[in-house]
Amino acid sequence: MDATTNTQDSTTDAIAVEVDHVSKIFRGEQEVRALDDVSVGIRKNEFFTLLGPSGCGKTTLLRLIAGFEPPTMGAIRLGGRDISRLPPNQRPVNTVFQNYALFPHMSVAQNIAFGLEMLGKPKAEVQKTVDEMLRLVRMEELKNRRTGEISGGQQQRVALARALAPHPEVLLLDEPLSALDLKLRKDMQIELKRLQSETGITFIFVTHDQEEALTMSDRIAVMSAGKILQVGPPRDIYERPAERFVANFIGESNFLDATLAGGKATLAAGGTFDVHVPEGVRDGKVSVLVRPEHATVHAGEAGEREIAGTVENVVYSGEATVVHLRLATGEAMKARLSNAPQGGEAAPETGSAAAVTIAPGAVTVLRD
Amino acid sequence: MSEMGATPYPPGELEREARAADTRRRWLLSLPALVIIIFAAAGPLLVMVVYSFLTPGDYGNVKWQFSLEGWTNTIVQRDIFDDTLIWADAHLSIFWRSLSLSLITTLLTLIFGVPTAWFIATQPPGKREFWLFLVTVPFWTNLLVRTIAIQELIRSEGVINLVLLKLGIIDAPLQMMFTDFAIGFGMTYVYLPLMVLPVYAAVDKLDFRLVEAAHDLYASRWTAFRRVILPLIKPGIIAGSILVFIPCLGAYVTPRVLGGGKNLMFGNLIELQFGQGRNWPLGAALSLMLMVAVMVALIWYVRVTSREQADGR
Ligand SMILES: Nc1ncnc2c1ncn2[C@@H]1O[C@H](COP(=O)(O)OP(=O)(O)OP(=O)(O)O)[C@@H](O)[C@H]1O
Ligand SMILES: [Mg+2]
Repeated sequence: MDATTNTQDSTTDAIAVEVDHVSKIFRGEQEVRALDDVSVGIRKNEFFTLLGPSGCGKTTLLRLIAGFEPPTMGAIRLGGRDISRLPPNQRPVNTVFQNYALFPHMSVAQNIAFGLEMLGKPKAEVQKTVDEMLRLVRMEELKNRRTGEISGGQQQRVALARALAPHPEVLLLDEPLSALDLKLRKDMQIELKRLQSETGITFIFVTHDQEEALTMSDRIAVMSAGKILQVGPPRDIYERPAERFVANFIGESNFLDATLAGGKATLAAGGTFDVHVPEGVRDGKVSVLVRPEHATVHAGEAGEREIAGTVENVVYSGEATVVHLRLATGEAMKARLSNAPQGGEAAPETGSAAAVTIAPGAVTVLRD
Repeated sequence: MSEMGATPYPPGELEREARAADTRRRWLLSLPALVIIIFAAAGPLLVMVVYSFLTPGDYGNVKWQFSLEGWTNTIVQRDIFDDTLIWADAHLSIFWRSLSLSLITTLLTLIFGVPTAWFIATQPPGKREFWLFLVTVPFWTNLLVRTIAIQELIRSEGVINLVLLKLGIIDAPLQMMFTDFAIGFGMTYVYLPLMVLPVYAAVDKLDFRLVEAAHDLYASRWTAFRRVILPLIKPGIIAGSILVFIPCLGAYVTPRVLGGGKNLMFGNLIELQFGQGRNWPLGAALSLMLMVAVMVALIWYVRVTSREQADGR
């Protein structure tokens, strides 16, 4: 993750895809509002991720951009040009489908050549690009295999190569890694990042895996129930989520009651912190977020600037130990301690009194 | 660790036993089918082969006397007056008419059947049964009745001619009965469901996301059809073509009713030999010829298409 480019919010970057107040309503037995007034601008060369739970409208948004379905309301522009009326085969956009959708009656190489042939490229050029793509996704040996005769991970790479071969302006990837096992998935994450920087194509990537989103994206849009709740670089999304849903969806969270006054939040459980206040939040009772890893715990009585609590549970998980506490206010709180080498300081015992220290800047005010 | 190979069974024995049991079960299950095939298909066929090498009896039937005339008569015939041999060009022209009419019928059922199957398969699931039911309705009535219904449609005082006359499009009734057109029309109608059903099954199985993928990769509607849809529904189209073409070649009722006595097809020619012609050996030889022709065509067709399949196009 590159913090300098991530936090940069330059408005000079050219917009590749502009989604302008788009809604999509499916009228079946009952009306489904799959997208609800979505507006977002995706920049050129950006690795942009749509993140959200199942059914929140991620695939629908991609299908609208690809042109498989018209929006109910709103418009979609590509490089400033309105493409709302263009059929999919006239949009310089390619898709890596959620289920790959490889042509079963063609070989790996024929699949990759398909888009180029459709564009009417000369044979020699098709051949050259296909070879290049095969090398890029490391599938040279299997180029004559049928797509039914290769593994899931290999199919995924062919789908990627097929979509990249015509060198689209925008590549849409619908959960391309969800079918892979953990090891392959990590490899492919790195490979995807490499492909994106090598080709300079704008990637719009869909996932419901928050870690994947955080490690790969330049910017993330968090979606819920057809709406985009927040757009920003991974750091902002993780450290300054604007809403409880976003905080909850990405990473572990403690939600605590507090009172906001003049840019400072005083926790009900004790302690006053300088906070970042999102737009539209007024002084008064608020909810704040503290990430478990931004809190530390030690056994014993609470001193100044510390919060007293009782240890309810201690869970060891390899690189960290999570301490579950009950605060004096009755609120539950978790603290995540990274584990020191053996013989280091032990976590407090279950049932004992403990004191929590929250790092400065770790308290974030939420919109609701 | 126990030693390798110290198991109670020699290597491969369990696999061999399982395979043997599997084979036994398979034979047992196929027994009824085998019995039917032997008695209902192979038996009559054998009778035909034997009859084709015998001499015609005076009042039909056969005399048990070896003769090759049944076979030679398919190609050449003895002139009734002076005993010279002449080409049996009537047989050839009938064979040719059967072949071309069957091909045309297959083509027509393809042209009408594929879009129909496509239409049904793309209906919402609840509505498909209704359309499939409509397609199969003709099967519920007797073939002869249906053929006579067509006759009502196309005869000189039939519905089509009446409407065309009323509308002033034609001055005199069109002669449609007793033409090749009538036979082709009738057979197309009769065999259309045999094309629609297998193609429907193939379209139903088609993954429409592949069509979207083709459009996504810049294929126009037509190219997507040619390069993706057609190859994937081809098994259905092949099955449908075979199901239509073969019964067409041997069709009997439809050409008889709609073609009258003049426009014979191969099925009628064969029937003639067993009826008025009283030449059973010739009839047997002709039907065997038809069978061989169909089989050769089938094998060739399957060969060609499976080779194409292997090429991936
Ligand atoms: N063709 C359709 N007809 C009716 N409703 C639809 C259709 N396509 C999607 N929906 C509905 O729209 C909503 C959004 O679906 P979508 O496929 O975009 O979700 P998603 O975010 O991609 O989910 P997942 O992570 O499970 O793939 C869902 O409630 C879904 O049921
Ligand atoms: Mg989806």
